[in-house]
Parts: sequence; C-alpha cells; structure tokens
Amino acid sequence: MTLWQEYHLPATVNEALSLMQRYDGQALFVAGGTDLMLDLEYGNHPPVAALVDVTKIAGLNEIQEEGDWIVIGAAVTHAQIESDSRVRRYGAALAESSSVVGGPQVRNVATIGGNVAHALPAADGTIGLLTLDAQVQVCTRTGDDVTCEWRPLLSIFAGPGRNNLAVNQMLAGFRFRKTGPREASAFDRIMRPQGVALPILGVAARLTLDESLTRIANAAIAIGPAGPIPFRTTEAEAVLTQAPRFDEAAVDAAIAAAQAQARLRTSKHRATKEYRHEMIAVLLRRVLNRAVETAKTNVE
Amino acid sequence: MTQLTLTVNGRKHTLDVPPNRYLAEVLREDLGLTGAKIGCEEAECGACTVVIDGESVVSCIYPALKAQGAEILTIEGLAPEWQAAQSPISNLQSQQNGRSERLKLGDLHPLQEAFVLHGATQCGFCTPGMIMQAKTLLDENPAPSDDEIKHCLKDTLCRCTGYKSIVDAVHAASEKMRSGEMPPPKLPETVTPLESIGRPLHRPDAVEKVTGQAMFTDDFQFADMLYGATLRSDHPHARILEIDASEALAMRGVHAVYTYEDVPGDPRHGLVENDWPVFAGGQYPARYVGDPIALVVADSDELAHEAKKRIRVEYEPLPVVADPVYARQPGAPVLHPDRPTGNLLKHIKVRQDDLSQAFSEADVIVERTYRTPRTEHAFMEPECSIGVPAGFDDPHYGKHDKLTVYVGSQIPYSDRRQVAKSLGLKDEEVHIRGTVMGGGFGGKEDITGQIHAALAAHKLGRPVKILYDREESLRVHPKRHATIIRVRTGAKKDGTLTAVEAELYGDSGAYASLGEKVLTRATTHATGPYVLDAAKIDCYAMYTNNAPCGAFRGFGVTQSAFAVESNMDILAEELGMDPLELRRKNAMRVGAMTATGQVLRESVGLLECLDKVEQGIRDWRSEIGDSLATDQSPISQSPNLWEPFTIGTKRYAWGVAAGYKNTGLGGGAPDKAEAEVEVFPNGRAEIRTSSAEMGQNLIGVLAACTAEELGLPFDDVSVLVMDTDRTPDGGPTTASRQTYVSGNAARLAARTMREQMQAVLAEKFDVPPEVIAFHEGLAYVDGERLAKVSNQGTGNGENRAVNGSNGGPRARQPLRSMTFAEAVQTMIDEGREPKLRYEYWAPKTQPLGTGGDMHFAFSYAAHAALVSVDTETGEVRVEKVITAHDVGRAINPLSLSGQLDGGVVMGIGNALTEHYIEEDGVPWTEHLGQYKMPGIKMMPEMTHFIVEHATADGPYGAKGVGEISSIPISPAIANAIYNAVGVRFMALPVDQDALLLAMKRGEKELDRRWGDPPPA
Repeated sequence: MTLWQEYHLPATVNEALSLMQRYDGQALFVAGGTDLMLDLEYGNHPPVAALVDVTKIAGLNEIQEEGDWIVIGAAVTHAQIESDSRVRRYGAALAESSSVVGGPQVRNVATIGGNVAHALPAADGTIGLLTLDAQVQVCTRTGDDVTCEWRPLLSIFAGPGRNNLAVNQMLAGFRFRKTGPREASAFDRIMRPQGVALPILGVAARLTLDESLTRIANAAIAIGPAGPIPFRTTEAEAVLTQAPRFDEAAVDAAIAAAQAQARLRTSKHRATKEYRHEMIAVLLRRVLNRAVETAKTNVE
Repeated sequence: MTQLTLTVNGRKHTLDVPPNRYLAEVLREDLGLTGAKIGCEEAECGACTVVIDGESVVSCIYPALKAQGAEILTIEGLAPEWQAAQSPISNLQSQQNGRSERLKLGDLHPLQEAFVLHGATQCGFCTPGMIMQAKTLLDENPAPSDDEIKHCLKDTLCRCTGYKSIVDAVHAASEKMRSGEMPPPKLPETVTPLESIGRPLHRPDAVEKVTGQAMFTDDFQFADMLYGATLRSDHPHARILEIDASEALAMRGVHAVYTYEDVPGDPRHGLVENDWPVFAGGQYPARYVGDPIALVVADSDELAHEAKKRIRVEYEPLPVVADPVYARQPGAPVLHPDRPTGNLLKHIKVRQDDLSQAFSEADVIVERTYRTPRTEHAFMEPECSIGVPAGFDDPHYGKHDKLTVYVGSQIPYSDRRQVAKSLGLKDEEVHIRGTVMGGGFGGKEDITGQIHAALAAHKLGRPVKILYDREESLRVHPKRHATIIRVRTGAKKDGTLTAVEAELYGDSGAYASLGEKVLTRATTHATGPYVLDAAKIDCYAMYTNNAPCGAFRGFGVTQSAFAVESNMDILAEELGMDPLELRRKNAMRVGAMTATGQVLRESVGLLECLDKVEQGIRDWRSEIGDSLATDQSPISQSPNLWEPFTIGTKRYAWGVAAGYKNTGLGGGAPDKAEAEVEVFPNGRAEIRTSSAEMGQNLIGVLAACTAEELGLPFDDVSVLVMDTDRTPDGGPTTASRQTYVSGNAARLAARTMREQMQAVLAEKFDVPPEVIAFHEGLAYVDGERLAKVSNQGTGNGENRAVNGSNGGPRARQPLRSMTFAEAVQTMIDEGREPKLRYEYWAPKTQPLGTGGDMHFAFSYAAHAALVSVDTETGEVRVEKVITAHDVGRAINPLSLSGQLDGGVVMGIGNALTEHYIEEDGVPWTEHLGQYKMPGIKMMPEMTHFIVEHATADGPYGAKGVGEISSIPISPAIANAIYNAVGVRFMALPVDQDALLLAMKRGEKELDRRWGDPPPA
C-alpha cells in the first residue's frame, strides 16, 4: 500500500495551508514524523494523498527570545529544546520533559509541534508546555491570506489523539513567559522498562514564591494522563496558593487535591489506576520540592 | 517520481525516487550502501542510524525527500572521512562512496578500531548504527563519561554484547583520539595462554562488521530478483476452507501465488517432529497466527505485500487452546489428530530412588509454584531467505549449479534436508549458503522462509527474496517456552537436601520444534546443580495454539533454574542458613551423581564458582559498599551478605543463584562434527565446517584451534562456515556445543594435517617425524628448538620462550627449517592432498531413564546481583553483577567476556522486561516497541571470574558457555529483590506496579507479573 502519494516541502505557512486546502482532508502535516509514520505503517491512520512537511518553513525551526517571552517554532526539535540555554533557564520543565522523549535519534527529528498536535494526554512535551502556561500560535488561511493568533494551549485539544484544528489551520509555534524571580519549573515522570512506549505518568509544576520565600504565590501543575486531554490540576494549584506556607502539609494537601481531581484509569500492560494514584503523590512531591528549591535560588 | 539530490559520503547523487521512499531504502537499494541495517522499521532499534547534516537519525522511517539537499554520512564513509581528516593532502581513494576495497585495521576511524579490539561487535548487525550514533557523541564531546555514553546510545539496541564492551570501546576510541594510544580491553584472569588458545584475539570478521562491508542476507541483490510476501492466518486455530488469489494474481507485476497445493514434496517440515505445514490449508488447519497460507511473488517487496492483502481466505474458526494445563484436560480440542498422544507432545520423567522415604527424612519442605514468560530472541536481524534457481548465472555472484538458498541459519544441513524434502528433491540437489548472521540465540534453528524461497525460485527460475519485517519475525518464529513449575524441595536441619519433587507444564505452542528436547533439559536440570537422595520430576510438554516454542539460549534450564533457585532461597530462610552456605553444602562436585544417574567424574567447578562470587561480594562490600552513604554502619561489618541497605528512596540488597548447563546434545543423540582443513602453498590454511557463526565468534575459536595445531599465526588461518556444498556438517549450533564439538573437529583436523606434513618432512630431512615442529609459520627440524616447542598444541602452555629474545625465530633461521608455505609445497610435490576431513565424535551419552552419562560435559556458574528497588515507585534496577563460570578453558577471553556480558544482560531482560504476550492465541506483542530487550541504560556493572576446570575431551579442556551465562541471573535478581524489600516474585517478568502495591499491602509472595491481564 502506498501510504502517501506525494511529499511536499512548502517554504511558507501560506503555501503549506494552501496545499492542505487543495487536498481537502486527504493530506496530513508531517514534521519529524516519528509518530505519524508508525501510525501510517501500522494502519492506525489510513493512507493519504499527500504529506505536507512543515520542517522547511522559514522560522518554524527556531527558538527566539522576545521580551518576556520564549517563542518556539512548531518545527523545533526536542533536541533543540533540551540543549537550548534559554529554555533550560526560563522553562526548565519543558527542557526536562523534551530531554526524555525517545532516544537521541528520535529527538533529533521529532518536533514539539508534532508532540502537541498528536494530542496525547501523556505527551511529555505537552505537559512541559502546559505547566508553563504556554500559548499556541494557530495560523488560519482564509482566501489567500493567512492570519495567526495566540491561544491558550488547552484550547486546541478535542480528545485523546485529536486536536480541533480545521483543514485551513496549522500550529506555527508556542510561547511562554520566562520564569521570573523566585519562580521555577520542574518535570518528572515514571516509565516502565517493558514494552510500553508512553509514560505511566508525567507531572510538571511551575511555582512562584512570594517575597518571603516561604509561600507559594502562583502555581501551575500539569499531569498526564489524567483524563482524555492534557490536564491541569487547578484544585492542587489552588491548595498551594492558599496554603499559609509551603511545607509538608501543603504538599500533602496538594497531592490529595490532585488525586481527587485527576481522572485516572487502568490501562492494560501500562499501569493500574491504583499505581497511578500513588505516582501522583510521588512525582508531585518530587517536582514541587525541586521547583521550590530552584525558585529559592532564582532570587534575582 | 520526484527528483532527490543529496550528498552521501562526500559524493553527490541525483536520483528519481517515488515520494513514499524512505531514506534507508534509497541508501541500501538505490545506492547499494547496505551498511545501515533494518532491524525494526519503527525507530526502535537504531540499526539504521546515519548522520544527516551532522545529526543522527534513524533512516528506516525517515522520508527520503526530507533529506533533499542534505549531506549524509553512513558507516561506509566513516573511515575515508577520518583518513581525509588525518592527512588532508592524501588522495581520497576510491573507497569514499562505499565498499570498494577491503579496509585494514589501521585505516579505520578510532571508533571502528576500538569496536574491533574491544570485542564490541559480535553478530555485527547493530554495529554500523551503534558506531554512527557514538560518533555524533565524540564529535561534540571528546571525553564522554559513562552516563553520557549511555545517554547517547539509549535507543540503539544490541542483543549480543550486553553493551559493556561498547561503552569500553567508546572510551577507548575517545582515548585514542585524544592521546593517540588505544587502551587494550580489561579482561578477567585466565590460565597461561598457548600461542593462539587463551588469547584475546579479535574476531576474524570484525573489520568487515565495523565498516558495513559484512553481507547479511538482505544485503544481497541478485539480478532479476523477485520478492515474496507471506499471507498468514488471521486465526489461532481455523480450518482453511477456500483461498481465492485471483485478484492478487491479476495485479501487474505479480508472478505467482503459492499455496499448499503447490508443494511438490513433503507438505510438512520440522526439526524433530514432522508436524509443521509448509502452508496451512487442505488437511492442515492453521494452528497459530503465524501459520503461512499463501506466498505471493512479485516484482517488488511492496507489491508482493500489497497483493497479499488481496487474497481472500475463507476460514472456519476452531476452538482455541491457549493454555498448556487446559490442553492436557480431557475434552480439550485436539490440535494434531494424527498424533496418538493428543495434545501431549511428551511426558518427560526423572525418577531417582525412593521419594517418600527421602521426604520423610526432611525437616523442612518448601513447595511453591512459579511461572516463567514466553520470551522472544529479538535477534537484531529479522529472518531473510533468498532462493536462487539451479543454473542461474548472476553477474555479480556467479553461476549457481544447484538450487541455492542464502540464509543465516543455525543448522544449514537441516535446512537442506527440509528444503529438499518439501521440494521433492535429493539433498544433494540443494545448496544452503550461509550469510553473515545477525544473531540467533536458538531462534534461527527452525525453518522460516527457506522452503518458500526455494520453492518460488525453483518454480519461477528467478531469484526470490523473502524478508520478514520485525512484525512478521515476532509473529512467526518459535519462542522460549512459557512454563508453570511447581517444585517441592526437602532438606534436613543441617541443610542437606533430601529430595525434589517437581511438576512442569511447558507450552510448546502449535508445533513441536525442539519442544521435547528443551523441556527434557528443563526437567533433568530441575534439581539444580545439587546432590539429592531422591527426585521425581514430571514435565508435560503440551501443544497449544500459541506461538511454537523451541530453542532459546538456556534451552529450558533458564526456566527451571528460576523455580529451583527461588526455592533454595526460601529453604535457606526457613532453615536459618546462609543461601550460599546451603548451596555450597549441596553443590555438585567430582564424584557426585545427578538425578538422572550420571556420576560426575571431572570438571565440576561449582564450589569454586560459589567461592569466587562470595569473595567478589566481600570485596565489593569493603571497596565500594562502605563508601556509600547508606542508612547503616559500614556494610562490610554486617555478617549477613544479604542484608539490605537504604540510600534515599532506594533499598538495595544482593541475591545469589547457581546453575549448570549441559554442553552438547546428550541424551543418547549421536553428537559429531566434521571439519575440513586445507593448507595452501602461500602459507595459509583454511578450516571449514557448516557450524553457524551467529555472533558468538565460533570462527575465532575454529581459527585459534587450527592455528594452534598447525603452528601458524592466527591471522594466517581463514574460516569458512555454514555452506552445505563447501563445508562438511558441523551439526546444529545449539546446546553450547560448538566450541567443544566443532572446536575439536577443527583441532583434530589440523592436528592430523600437521602429522601428515610431519611425515612428509621427516622423509625429506630423513629424521623421525617427532622432531619436526611447527611454530609461527615455520617448520623446524631442530632438537634444541624442538625442545622448547615440543608441547605445542597439547594443552600445556609452558613454551612461550620460543618467541625468542634475540630477534625471534624468523631472524635466526636455524639450519634445517622451512616456511609453512614451503612445507605445504613439499607435501603437494609429494603428491599428497593438502586437504583432509576429520569427523569428531563426542563421547557417547545415554538416553534419559537409562542411567549413565546423559551428557559428556556440564558448565557451572554462580551469579550474584545487587539490586535496587525504589520503595516509592517499585522500580527495580540491577546495579552490579558478579559472576563466576566454570568453562573448562577460556579459548578466547575477549569473546568469552562478550558471551558473559551478553548472557547476563539477556537474563536481566528475562527477569525484568521481556514477555511475548499472547491473549487467546493472538499476540499482543506485535512490534519491537512492545517487546523491550534491555537497552544500554539497563546494563549493570559486571565483574566476571573465570574458573577453568578442564574437561578431558574438550578442546584444550574447554566446554560450553553460550547458555550458562544467561541462566542463574534471573533467580539471583528475584532473590535480591526479596532480600531488599521482602517481596518474592513467583512469576516473571517483574512488574513494578504490582511490586509497589504488594509492598504497601505487606504481601510476601507475588504471583502477578508484567503482561498478566489487568486485575479485575
């Protein structure tokens, strides 16, 4: 079976979207292709008329610092992210989560845009972005014109493996605010060494301490998989910001809140619901403590 | 078609490719650069790694058009690039674009050289990808740490080496690039070497393997070649009512569709039982989902696979037998109605003396039931067979006089027999030509595509290649038997074992393969390497509709050792005895009798193995353990070697297990190997036998034996293997037998040749033959010199002085000497044949149940594992492994270390990660990503002790090592986990999820393993 008939390497977003519109649902975007090729090969996705490769679009494979923001093109690879000093400094959770995806050969081609567009609730890169409160740039082609706008990351997920972008839309990039003074983020996950590609659970947290360095002023916590789409545990975030001080009791309360809010399930040969429940506690404790320790050193 | 321009190894190419082509296909097929290998086509194994614009990628699923305009470096370009960088003014030679000339060690990139010298290439299939990936690390980081190397090679898999030699080689290359000096490998101590025996000589095929020149089956492209694709059953058990191939046959480019009706000879094959249909259909139902129904032959691989999908098969599904215990129950569907014993392939029994008496003498009795998983060899090279018709003249590979099958097979003569039989030909009308083989481990003993490829080539008159992708490989070839083993062990208060009673169920799957033999070995080894008063062991080898099970490194003993050695630790605890002491007390030793009635007369090094491992643990405790920041006083102060300690959230403890494994077929099977030696007037020799080289370096063993006997430098001996027309039968490469059996055949062939040459020279020089000596490529008639070399080749290593301090023998040229070349010429001039064959028969053995010697040799081992368990997550890690193996004699310490490292890491996989999961006869495990063999990050630190209790009939005292290295490790890990956290795994592989929950609930024994259906 010819899994795709044509392979296009457009140079601009406009050209890419015009191709997609021309194929009218019979084409797929491809970036690194490390997931997509397997989906096509295994028959999880039916053959298509064309693949539209976005990795040669100018600017899409760059990381930029723009004022308070770090802007990451959709075709930036995981390898670029993990080694970028700005992401490591201002978005550690994303650098950490990107550094554990696949092996080096995969990270050299697999892109952050592909990771997000694939819309898996346990995708490491997505969890890293989510905790940074990242926005996603969606470009829409209407007539011959392309307009791009920034949206909240969570707004594009429709369900496991599904995003809600239309045939005339594509992801062009992501941006997040640089973590500032007394602020830090961290990521951790639990895998199993057996034949399961996806993590059992991934957790990322971003915390801002108040001036006293004893209280959490702001918190963002992403957990996956904990529902059909990538998930932020707003309850645990609230517990932390309302706690009088960051201590064991606050962590325990945040864990309980996260466990209560997460929609965990048993997935065959990957993990039981009970185990995931335990892992929320272990991982959340680890990332919270690590983020707080780093935040304390980020004083100015 | 789309135009693709890219630069590969410095040379620009412009070619038209279909838009759906992958980069690996462009490199391998369009450009003929077959160095990058295809191991999985799912970005899982890294064998296809190449470097694009400085970054490594897996080329198997990399769309070729993505590389538009890119610069690509493949393994073929590595050495030329390195040479050019070293001496920019020298011309770039013709090799730049690939395999044009044979490279020498000195021409290689330091990584390639280090992989050769450190034994980091075994089967060689992963090597090109491994080296290219490591290169990207050294480019950025000239002096990487262990962790950085592991990070870099994380997803580049190797099934042979256990990764240790690979890490060492990367360090060595780094050192050479910085200092100009290549450090030698660090190897365990062994007895004094002879000239070639006992020396860490690098493999004869290493340079080809590290440069991408080695030719695996799929690397061959014949003129006019067609491609076959095999349609397999949708059901684990179904009658085939109708096969309609008309739509497939109507496709342009499809040449034929073959089914059961097209098999001219025997419709079935099989290694022992002739029970496996060449095609299911007609009177043979499909009995598992790997059963072939039709073979499509077409112009291209892609077209053949497309046409395969257009074949319509009408099935009548039959009830499925998915469990060996159910299979034995009355009323279970009978899978092979022509067999008198129903689903029972074999009931295997061991009976030793009066069981009830022996149990009545026991003070403590431990009885438990264990389960071991069905596991997969996961050799890196999926199966490939190419049939070439008789009379076919290939412009590159020449004339084929006979119907020829190119294949990497562990038993070429068995392939020949089975191919000929099913094609209705005489054995002599078929020629099996072995190619370089990318691992076997027992998984390439049975027929896979050989008969189909031969059939299609024979009928169509054109070469036909049948390459399995990883998915098909997983689905088709026999696995390691899943077993259920109940063991009852009795002991007196002082630890003396009195009796073992055991019942084993082995799931042999749809076809017998070597099931009966494997499970016989599981049964006879189910007492462990211990002396007992009585034993009663019953094993039921059952047919089911699961994947057939057959040979896999350890051959049944891996399974029973897990049960036996787990029981030993439970027993030790109940007795309040040290587990090592309990083993030592009962260990087999010279003079002891096995449960099958064999008296062990010699070469039983088990006690020394146990002692070495204990010493290893003690040394670790004082050298390393005491420096760790643990929760307790210095570790070495604890009288209990197995006491756990805590660092952070992790709990650590050592565990130990022992094991033994027969060398050779045994059980009364005639065990022989034939070897042919030929000497040439250019001073070289060649040794030939059909035995299989699958990565273990048998060729190095054969070359060393030959060189030793002929007094030739190792490099002057070439080796030819695996060819039914040009090499005599070495028998199956299985049962850890080849070093012993074929090694002996080579040794004795060479010795006979030497004696023949001695006789000729004796006449010429008019001296008695005994005064003629062969050494370093010279023949001497010199009393004084002779005295120094008189013991050569006899196993005594006291004669190294002959290498001489004043310039060596070549420089001194004693009066009456001639070169080996002249000696050969003299012999030829005398009209003597410079070629002879030797048929070596191993000592006779007895069938099970008749007493006497069931095997002619056993190897012994003790393994200790330091394991950590994260008490928060249940994650288990093997941190350190100390082993001791009694191998009789280390023929090549470098290859021996490789066997030990690789066996240990494979055993870690058996304990921690590997399980070929089937659900009602349907595999859940479809891809390599669902079957994780250990990656480099799972490699523990390893220390090996070599124990050499020579066996009298083995070559220079050697016995087998291939399997024993993988046997005690799994129970050692399970015992260590118990020692660390108090939870005993009754089933493998370990499941961290279940372990954590068991720890929380305070459960002591856990029957849940990874791959069991989720709890309700």
